[in-house]
Amino acid sequence: MEVLKIATAGSVDDGKSTLIGRLLYDTKSLTTDKIEAIEKSSKQKGYDYLDFSLATDGLVAEREQGITIDVAHIYFSTAKKSYIIADTPGHVEYTRNMVTGASTSQVSIILIDARKGVIEQTYRHFFINNLLRVKEVIVAINKMDLVDYSEEVYNKIKADFEALNAKSSFKEQNVSYIPISALTGGNVAQHADEMPWYTGQSVLEHLEALKSSDVYESAQARFPVQTVIRPKTQQYHDFRGYAGKLYGNSLQVGDAVTVLPSLTESKISKIHFFDKEYSEANAGSSITIELENDINVTRGDMIVKSNELPTIEKDINTTVCWMDSKKLVPGTKYLVQHNTNRILAKVDAIKSVIATDYSGSKEANQLAINEIGEVTIKLSKPLYFDAYDKNKSNGAFILIDTSTNTTAGVGFIK
Amino acid sequence: MNSVFKSNALEAEAIYIFREVVSQFEKPVLLFSGGKDSITLVRLAQKAFFPAKIPFPLLHVDTGHNFPETIAFRDKLVEELGLELIVRNVQDAIDSGKVVEETGKYSSRNSLQTTTLLDAIEEFKFDACIGGARRDEEKARAKERIFSVRDDFGQWDEKNQRPELFDILNGKIEIGQNVRVFPISNWTELDVWSYIEQEHIEIPSIYFSHKRKVFLRDGLIWSHSPFVYQEEDEQIEERIVRFRTVGDMSCTAAVESYASTIAEVVGEIRQSTISERGARIDDKRSEAAMEKRKQQGYF
Repeated sequence: MEVLKIATAGSVDDGKSTLIGRLLYDTKSLTTDKIEAIEKSSKQKGYDYLDFSLATDGLVAEREQGITIDVAHIYFSTAKKSYIIADTPGHVEYTRNMVTGASTSQVSIILIDARKGVIEQTYRHFFINNLLRVKEVIVAINKMDLVDYSEEVYNKIKADFEALNAKSSFKEQNVSYIPISALTGGNVAQHADEMPWYTGQSVLEHLEALKSSDVYESAQARFPVQTVIRPKTQQYHDFRGYAGKLYGNSLQVGDAVTVLPSLTESKISKIHFFDKEYSEANAGSSITIELENDINVTRGDMIVKSNELPTIEKDINTTVCWMDSKKLVPGTKYLVQHNTNRILAKVDAIKSVIATDYSGSKEANQLAINEIGEVTIKLSKPLYFDAYDKNKSNGAFILIDTSTNTTAGVGFIK
Repeated sequence: MNSVFKSNALEAEAIYIFREVVSQFEKPVLLFSGGKDSITLVRLAQKAFFPAKIPFPLLHVDTGHNFPETIAFRDKLVEELGLELIVRNVQDAIDSGKVVEETGKYSSRNSLQTTTLLDAIEEFKFDACIGGARRDEEKARAKERIFSVRDDFGQWDEKNQRPELFDILNGKIEIGQNVRVFPISNWTELDVWSYIEQEHIEIPSIYFSHKRKVFLRDGLIWSHSPFVYQEEDEQIEERIVRFRTVGDMSCTAAVESYASTIAEVVGEIRQSTISERGARIDDKRSEAAMEKRKQQGYF
């Protein structure tokens, strides 16, 4: 079944949990025992409505404080698709969580409270969606019931958002505007009778209509090798298969390929998936490839078409979102993990911190947690990459702290 | 031959995760309970490494209170695929006095498994334990990472988890730490059943409709067995039931069902209004039951 991954970000008050609860409820994904648990919990807290946030906020600390502090994953499905929502908090101190949620999502829902309009948080959500190049953005203008379902209010917010969109550097992004009332369900799954002036799709209709080809960006084929499969059995005595996940585009048997970093050339002789052979594999598949010649290929290597070589460099210019409480300062060493490859690297310079509200960037010499900045990095060995704008999978990396092993930051190569 | 391989996104993701595990860790192990999720994991692992054999053993933490059908199934699967199986028994930890058996009406060995699991991790120096937990099962699991780091006491620090971005998995750990790996994190119950149907995967008979001696308590159908505490006034009756989830007998309730084929089971789940873990007695203890167990090292 087709899987669509959605990122949502927002604070308690803008009705995000109510929207998610609605989507679950209207697609009949909430089971009776879960609804009962929500009813019980809502009653205990003295609420006179069903608090759907109790279904999504999973940790004790979150339920106590009534906030979402981490990425939660929520699942629902229709006859057509399986949906996965990566739900994250919206405040500035959770920028890293929003970036994490957006990194695996094809669609993003930005919620706006119709009474408040476009606010600082809206800027931040949109900025992150641009930076990460989330192809589809749904601007859900919520709480329309509290502004008398006013078309003017909707038009004003839409115009404000379009002004913001004009500043975006990601022109291929599709932005759709939907006026909703998550509380009553208007335009979430069903159409709202109260807004006859809105003739577009409901949120669910919009999601259902998206084709996965609409939301993935196609790029040049990249095959990072995860592991080499050598059964060493009688039957498969000479078998040597390169296992990995294919990104960007398809590969075919017969394609002339180059292995990086050795730059050895060969041809794809076989494409396997489990016990079957195929003549072609699509992007996104986890396959095993055999090459014509017996050459040395190991984990961390990358197989590409010979006429589509990536950039091979030791110095990279990047945008980094910092995620660790220990600040990022020049001169420190980190491990860069890029696809299946790990290379020791040194932070060369931090040039600036970028404001997530589109007010520009200012000079800086360090990055604190949740800050996004321009960083140049020197690698101990050449990296084979594409600009993130050209090829998402081959332009992103993480920085691993060599003393704590934690994932300290994420970078996007320019 | 002119055939294009179109992948299934969830299957491709799971296979990718398995391959990262063998590349990033020295001694992985697959935690095998004999339930449908761990059986699905075995099929995915087979696909990830074919034509090579699955390059890690299976570990079964046996409470001693398992359904006999599950154990028979486990042994058959291991035999057929030529896998290495390690079994460690909760009974041994009870006999040595490391843990004390629960008593009373709701007693179960479910939470005692943690000690046996942590001991086995230490004994074999496992650095990655692959499990079949899914985020849709339970709200604390919805927060779990795909590579979830545990300290040398097996504890989960839920507030301080590593961010996971894109497909990039960071499995770097200190000696003594281990990582719990969840390749089917993003699958739902229905995804698992649909996959079992599509792949014709064999599963234990208790997942299908059968006649069983049961008794009713708190609106749930409990198995009648020497391992399950039963009050005198709780009357044994025979019902046509099946199990949606398989833990041991003391923590898994049955559901009434006539579904006797995978297709009927899939149909039933599509229609169902009760969640899978609604029949898990171990989760009913409190709203944070799972989170607490996970902090202590439960899988």
